[in-house]
Amino acid sequence: MLKVTDLHTHHGYLHVLNGINFELSEGELLAIVGSNGAGKSTLLGTLAGVYRPSSGSIEYKGKDITKQNVQKMVSSGICLVPERRQIFSSLSVKDNLMLGAYHRYRRDHKKVHDEYEEVLELFPRLKTMLNRPGGLLSGGEQQMLAIGRGLMANPKVLMLDEPSLGLAPLIVKDIMQILRKLCDERGATIILVEQNVKAALKVADRGCVLAHGQIVISGTSQELLNDPKVQEAYFGKMEAAKV
Amino acid sequence: MNSKSLKLIYNNSILGPIILFAVLFCIPLVSSSNYLFSILTMIGFYALVCIGLTTLTGYAGQISLGHAAFYGIGAYSSAVLTSTYGLNPWIAIIIGALISAVVALIVGIPTFKLKGYYLALATLGFGIIVYTLFKEFSSITGGSNGFFGIPPISLFGYEFITDKSYFYLIWVFVFFAILFTRNIIHSRIGRGLRSIEGSEIAADAVGVNLMNYKLQIFVLSAIFASVSGSLLAHYVSFINPDLFVANTSIFFLIMVIMGGKGNIWGSIVGAAMYVLLDEILKHYVPLLLPNVGGQFEIVFFGILLVLTLIYMPDGLVPRFEKLMSKFKKKTPTNGALQSTISVNATGGDNK
Repeated sequence: MLKVTDLHTHHGYLHVLNGINFELSEGELLAIVGSNGAGKSTLLGTLAGVYRPSSGSIEYKGKDITKQNVQKMVSSGICLVPERRQIFSSLSVKDNLMLGAYHRYRRDHKKVHDEYEEVLELFPRLKTMLNRPGGLLSGGEQQMLAIGRGLMANPKVLMLDEPSLGLAPLIVKDIMQILRKLCDERGATIILVEQNVKAALKVADRGCVLAHGQIVISGTSQELLNDPKVQEAYFGKMEAAKV
Repeated sequence: MNSKSLKLIYNNSILGPIILFAVLFCIPLVSSSNYLFSILTMIGFYALVCIGLTTLTGYAGQISLGHAAFYGIGAYSSAVLTSTYGLNPWIAIIIGALISAVVALIVGIPTFKLKGYYLALATLGFGIIVYTLFKEFSSITGGSNGFFGIPPISLFGYEFITDKSYFYLIWVFVFFAILFTRNIIHSRIGRGLRSIEGSEIAADAVGVNLMNYKLQIFVLSAIFASVSGSLLAHYVSFINPDLFVANTSIFFLIMVIMGGKGNIWGSIVGAAMYVLLDEILKHYVPLLLPNVGGQFEIVFFGILLVLTLIYMPDGLVPRFEKLMSKFKKKTPTNGALQSTISVNATGGDNK
């Protein structure tokens, strides 16, 4: 569905993405993990059209979309839920959700309203606070709102940048389960960027470890969870690595 | 009523303006003071600029310190086109608005790539450049000596010469500006604008074309400022560059912030407060401090801006709205009282 080949992105003089290659199949949940500054957010930003890649290609359903801007990416069905949720704090929960369908509201507003009801079914908690300003929601509720807003774009590929950031472990678990449910029950295709490696790999089908702008390890989630290098780097299991 | 006219009165937005104008238009029934009408007319000029500026600052979250330039472009366009070239004032107003729109577009494209302080500084720089042009192109603008003999506006043979007639004229413009702006704010475009103010990153991620919207709303606010400037020129019949100095841009922003930057009514309240306080200052400060110079206004309004930002950052109108909603909560209506009684009667409580 999505094929990324030799992708390079610069921020000024800084070479952030240094030859990224991966493929994503329909209905798959791919976790991209890595430490701070590895280039995870830049990778999602580049895929979403926020940053222009210096070279390489992004193919979506066989079509080259490398040079598309954000608006066209969203229209194509590639949608980013940005880091730190970025809720429109002064707008109501309803307006936040409706803004997710901004690019297609005029075209098919009836369908948008149907999908709005579907999103509320998925996040019943939001249903009770539709008129509340987004800024007054708790961290977990804001994250649900951010994911709901992303779903309102009717994405074919949903990309989430660190949805667990600043959330309590129980809420992280809920969020991860919702993502898994989206893939299993709705056939959603998700790229999940996370620093919470364990939580991400537990729900993902496959995973990639990003370091210094390159994918250094990739495989199924189980392979990564059992990989001594991953255990050493992210779970602090030095002994496991030696064994 | 067809769907287009329904859209014009979107979300009951016509009710507020109608009440305001009913009150305003009753004033001539109780007073015929030219001074009062001149004050209300000045409030109208500033309100028109501030309505545009509040859509840019309050809704789209972009700061402009250069709106006096568009106010001036409108004024000088009308002055030159009517006095030098003999054009009809209404056509001159439209041409002035078009010139302002084009200038806003040219200035906006590079400027809106900047953010925060840089954007404010760039617009301030633009305002200073335009002020200098008004001053230096004396063969066209009259330079520092000003531009004299701007003809009054007329409509179907009726000339708007008196303060009272001009009061009606400017507030009709304000009325339509409110309707138009409220219509935009409550539409899909308004939601997009407010998303930019909320988070540019998220707005970008949901597919809002940031540059496009920022430019459109900048152009719209420039047109409002330009029309206000044109009307001012025909009202006072004499203009000079000092009316459009950088301080004027700062005063516009102070009016918007004092009134409430995310609120159209705030623009009108801010403009009214500015004009009234300015009149009071001009009257009383020379009596209390005879040796003080002419720059006391900027000091006073500067202090007022700082105090507003510290104690009332939302501005007067939103603060008033909050107070009213608190008051409503404290005094339950009959229905609310009934429901409270029935909850208690059935033994329901929060436990």
